[in-house]
Amino acid sequence: MIQAMQAKEIAQKVMNQEELFILDVRNTEDYNDWKIEGRSVESMNKPYFEMLDGVEDVITHLPANRELVVVCAKEGSAKFVAEQLAEKMQREIFYLEGGMKSWSEHLEPVKIGDLDGGGEVYQFVRLGKGCLSYIIRSGTEGALIDPLRLTDQYEAFAEEIGVNVLHLIDTHLHADHISGGRKLAEKYGGTYYLPPKDAEDVQFSYTPLEDGRVVTFGEDQVNIRVFYSPGHTIGSTSLIVNEEYLFTGDILFLDSIGRPDLAGLAEDWVGDLRTTLYSRYKELDQNLKVLPAHFSKLHELDETGRVVAQLGDLYEENHGLNIEDEHEFRRVVTENLPPQPNAYQEIRETNMGKRTPDGEEQTEMEIGPNRCSIS
Amino acid sequence: MESQKVLDAKGLACPMPVVKTKKEMDTLSTGDILEIHATDSGAESDMAAWAKTSGHELLHQEKEGDILKFWIKKK
Repeated sequence: MIQAMQAKEIAQKVMNQEELFILDVRNTEDYNDWKIEGRSVESMNKPYFEMLDGVEDVITHLPANRELVVVCAKEGSAKFVAEQLAEKMQREIFYLEGGMKSWSEHLEPVKIGDLDGGGEVYQFVRLGKGCLSYIIRSGTEGALIDPLRLTDQYEAFAEEIGVNVLHLIDTHLHADHISGGRKLAEKYGGTYYLPPKDAEDVQFSYTPLEDGRVVTFGEDQVNIRVFYSPGHTIGSTSLIVNEEYLFTGDILFLDSIGRPDLAGLAEDWVGDLRTTLYSRYKELDQNLKVLPAHFSKLHELDETGRVVAQLGDLYEENHGLNIEDEHEFRRVVTENLPPQPNAYQEIRETNMGKRTPDGEEQTEMEIGPNRCSIS
Repeated sequence: MESQKVLDAKGLACPMPVVKTKKEMDTLSTGDILEIHATDSGAESDMAAWAKTSGHELLHQEKEGDILKFWIKKK
């Protein structure tokens, strides 16, 4: 018999490193572009349309004793294949409910830690796309950093922990995902902050995220210090929370650095990126814990699924912070960059309020891998 | 384009457009052309990939509004 497995269950298995075998029945091009990955996950690709005459060929490649999940774009083809496998193999076969679409959209919350003066930090890991966003709790008030458009998942979590999310902050104008900041600000009657230099063309009102500003909120008086750090975009801004955590947006990741080309101005912004990474951040407290807006490889997740590291450690280990020569740096961040994220221009325009795609269009725009880092 | 048969797969979700195409193809003779109309966006790349693996020739494909049209020649 066949059984649905939700994206959430797969996400938890990936994070807890439980063994899983995935048979991905999408076409090979889509599989090669983007698939479910995990240290404990083994996957193989066999398009469903190569199994229309039967599944006998593929059965010999499938493990006998591991949980087996069939995956496709939406779920129809996965169910179609899973039914045949279940019948022939006489065992239980799972299929991914909602397909890769639901995998792409699932957010898994993990707790990063408690703040010294009271308050908590939670990280939302979007495994299917590599996006990271955050809720900072201060008593019954919350701040949400780099919120995705999947607002119902934040709302459910906020309700669960009993916070009212009144501060919605984007560290920059995003090119890889549609922001949920404005929508949530309306919903909670909160404030939507955006760096002014990224917001010159936006079609709505916002509160400027200006360098030096300090936002203090909630019963625990958590403070967010705004720290201008351009380079991924001209407005890119970091946030320092209680002098403990450094939210780097798309400027600095654990195993890579940001790319300066997604707004079409790589040559102009490479100098800013250099200054941010090699001067501005260097002058900060090196004990700050870095919380980026993305991860690109799974090894960046620790054994509990969190993505966090000390700034000082990154200066030792992150290759992007250790390119002494300026010309070499310029070359690395402007040449041979990976392809740009799917529909990145349309996504930027949506985040500026110039486009209002419907739900299905939004999903299509964000499909595929994340590509905000240089490698 | 001339075709021996037209398969209406509009409104059907993946995998049915390709499943029905294959079934229809099995009833045709070598050299016959099957014209398929579908609306599932997944068919756009899957139909071409299926034709390639099964050896049939995808002669042409086009989009008319929301409708995807394919002409496939049986091997």
